[in-house]
Amino acid sequence: MSVAAQPLANDHAHEEGHHEPTFIEKYIFSTDHKMIAKQYLITGLIMGFIGIAMSMLMRLQLAWPNETFWIYEVLLGRFGEDGVMDPSIYLALSTIHGTIMIFYVLTAGLSGTFSNLLIPLQIGARDMASGFMNMLSYWLFALSCVVIVSSFFVEAGPASSGWTVYPPLSALPQAIGGSGLGMTLWLVAITIFIASSLLGSLNYIVTVLNLRTQGMTMTRLPLTIWAFFVTAIIGVVSFPVLLAAGLLLLMDRSFGTSFFLSDIYIQGEVLSYQGGSPVLYEHLFWFLGHPEVYIVLLPALGITSEIIATNSRKPIFGYRAMIASILAIAFLSTVVWGHHMFVSGMNPFLGSVFTFTTLLIAIPSGVKAFNYITTLWKGNLQLNPAMLFSIGLVSTFVTGGLTGIILGDSTLDINVHDTYFVIAHFHLVMGISALYGLFAGIYHWFPKMFGRMMSKNLGYVHFWITAVGAYGIFFPMHFIGMAGLPRRYYKFTEFPYFDDLADTNILISVFAFITAAAQIFFVYNFIHSIFYGKKAEQNPWKSNTLEWTTPVKHIHGNWPGEIPKVYRWSYDYSKRNKEDTDYIIAGQDFVPQNVPIQDNEEEMNE
Amino acid sequence: MTALLIILVAALLGITIWQISKIFKLSQPIESDDSQIATNEDNQKQGKIFLAFTVFLYGLMIYSFWSLSKFYAPGASSHAEDYDQLFFISLGLIMFVQVIIQFLIHWFAYKYRGKKGQKALFYADNDKLEFIWTIIPVITLAALIIYGLFSWSEIMNVQETDDTLVVEIYAYQFDWRARYSGEDGTLGEANVRFIEGINQLGLNESDPYSQDDIITTELHLPVDRQVLFKFRSQDVLHSAYFPFFRSQMNVVPGMTTQFGFTPTTTSKEIRNSEYMVEKVKNINEIRQNNDNLGPDEKDYEFEYYLLCNKICGVSHYNMQMKIVVETEEEYQKWISEQQTFGELTAQN
Repeated sequence: MSVAAQPLANDHAHEEGHHEPTFIEKYIFSTDHKMIAKQYLITGLIMGFIGIAMSMLMRLQLAWPNETFWIYEVLLGRFGEDGVMDPSIYLALSTIHGTIMIFYVLTAGLSGTFSNLLIPLQIGARDMASGFMNMLSYWLFALSCVVIVSSFFVEAGPASSGWTVYPPLSALPQAIGGSGLGMTLWLVAITIFIASSLLGSLNYIVTVLNLRTQGMTMTRLPLTIWAFFVTAIIGVVSFPVLLAAGLLLLMDRSFGTSFFLSDIYIQGEVLSYQGGSPVLYEHLFWFLGHPEVYIVLLPALGITSEIIATNSRKPIFGYRAMIASILAIAFLSTVVWGHHMFVSGMNPFLGSVFTFTTLLIAIPSGVKAFNYITTLWKGNLQLNPAMLFSIGLVSTFVTGGLTGIILGDSTLDINVHDTYFVIAHFHLVMGISALYGLFAGIYHWFPKMFGRMMSKNLGYVHFWITAVGAYGIFFPMHFIGMAGLPRRYYKFTEFPYFDDLADTNILISVFAFITAAAQIFFVYNFIHSIFYGKKAEQNPWKSNTLEWTTPVKHIHGNWPGEIPKVYRWSYDYSKRNKEDTDYIIAGQDFVPQNVPIQDNEEEMNE
Repeated sequence: MTALLIILVAALLGITIWQISKIFKLSQPIESDDSQIATNEDNQKQGKIFLAFTVFLYGLMIYSFWSLSKFYAPGASSHAEDYDQLFFISLGLIMFVQVIIQFLIHWFAYKYRGKKGQKALFYADNDKLEFIWTIIPVITLAALIIYGLFSWSEIMNVQETDDTLVVEIYAYQFDWRARYSGEDGTLGEANVRFIEGINQLGLNESDPYSQDDIITTELHLPVDRQVLFKFRSQDVLHSAYFPFFRSQMNVVPGMTTQFGFTPTTTSKEIRNSEYMVEKVKNINEIRQNNDNLGPDEKDYEFEYYLLCNKICGVSHYNMQMKIVVETEEEYQKWISEQQTFGELTAQN
């Protein structure tokens, strides 16, 4: 089927040059996947800046809860009057920080950027299956960003019931100020976001299935594409459930239905809701919420698979096992949601079932980690910044993943549920790991996106400070969690028992500030390199995948002439000839996918 | 301590800036190759930094275990011992894996750093290896799952006996109440629709069982007697978290949830335990030096507490209830001094 699609696309390519795109067509309402990828990236990074800034305010508050800081008043206005942070805005910060980082930065910013950039380029397609849908997807995302940020300017404050927005707290403005207009805006923003995500995901799926170039069988796809493809499928399966939950919540809020509410007495008044169940909402939410973790993580793992193989100058170890584990993770991710609800009041028998499925997911995850390590083994590691971030990802993914074994065990979850142990766990395994994946991707494909190189030395500084800081924040955090320190607390001073944890909280905050400050190197490097970076060569990392066969200067349709044909998988790094005297192509340790099988080469059985 | 940390940060930042400026200086004149692709020298340097980073990472892990694991709260319920054992086995296992895997990752990053003329090994697959690292986690996890499930069903399936004390924990923004069933041993019917005036928990006044119910602001529990908690919420989700008893259950409006445990250590005993004496001493030293505290707040004495662990509103951070675990006699004495619901309503 991929063959049939090509002649059309070729014809399309010949139109190039007939029509000079206007500024608006080129930079704003562009339907070109490369431009849309850049739009996603820059929007995602801006959202990331906002999200991280929020976490800094929270860390400042947690480290010195009884001190005043003028910065609160500057940034939070009347919620920070006289330099004292209002407890309600602390909850709002944690809610919006979570929402922004998970949905806007790590879903759209990461998957949106690299799926758009790499799917057509790596499978050998002129563009996405539907450029228009793709453009629509981005602009819905941009609109959603505006809505969620605007909720900070609402009188009663933005949504403040945690990023999970559990009702009844999120349904009743009487329960917390943020559940008024702020919560409505949150629901509107997420609804638009889901529409954007679905348009994008369907497009990715169709493109991968239909527009692969000649010879690009599914088992020759780079692992990046496998990851994006499966991520898109998980998104299509699970996001609609969140939409349903959001709509039901909206109805409970606005039209008096009782899906999630029952028997409530608040502010001296019995409400009329009867028969609903907040636990139902938890089920619906986590049916998306847990796969969401893998929506965030799989693209990062796909990106690092590619970068680690390229920079190790070795094929990724166990290509088929990697695909199998992506598929296994995708399947299992939809049957483990209940591990967020061990103590929610659901039937304890279900807890047993979810413990079982949850711990199963450790197996494919373990296979991936071991395969990465074996890929490093006996390599010739080119320690570019992207490679450092990829190795960093393997490290944090293992550290964070291992504590999942404790949290996924229903018995052990009882006492660490909703404590800082959880915060430490998921920030390492999905927050930091996915961010490393994002950074790795940016450093690696920056030359493809902007035609220039990022400064490697600034990249090194950025990585090392971030690596030290990230562990400095989150490793000690497990221990305050084990002390029983609950999350989403505005301050801990109401419990004298926690007084001796204050120093550790300060230590964590200090690491957090250093880590955040290190991102300035990245921001400077990123912006400076777009305009003044060294001009990139066509294939700077000596990589095998098809995107490096396109010219540095972006053209509509990606390849000036015919679309390249594919003859091999993308991991023929350091492959030796039959006689074992040299590489297949003498003196060159890589064989791009569009190079036919050579005479002196043993063909791998595919 | 805070001042010391600030100085430490300033020093670290200073070192950072110094190092960065050094990198800038080093990178500019010497490097003729400004391709921004890692050179042989970069590989050497970054490989060595990986080694240094390994030292940092292991140092951090050792520091955390050495000086922070003391935060792990002592257990005081009959299943706490079982819980802690499973916890430490799991923790030991994951730390064992962690120590090995992190070493491999960083050691390989150092050992196989790119060198001129070095050739990578074309090594794409090995079914035997794949099988080994699939099957080992399968077996280990199977053991952990089975162990965990036994503990889980033991903790969650409370076998109620005649001796079991049934207590309702009632949550609302932002406080807790406890309701004891009184002499008849049965909690009276309740619903938020009955809330009126003094009847803050919404007991059905016409239900005879509710008359002898006792509503309190502190939770008193007799030691070594099984307690079954029935949780009820008036407004939003809360979570009743009893850290010392390794117990937690969400409190859900519209339904009753439950959790049971047997306290094994009285408040007095734990206060006099070596661990707690040491800890409280340390806390009181911190409190003496805290200028934000009034003179009467400086002396802290340990009490068990129940806290809210599910975001429930602006004062979520201060929703707690004191728990007293005492001998059966002390408990009987205390409960007999409390007012019953019938007496409460009769007064008004």
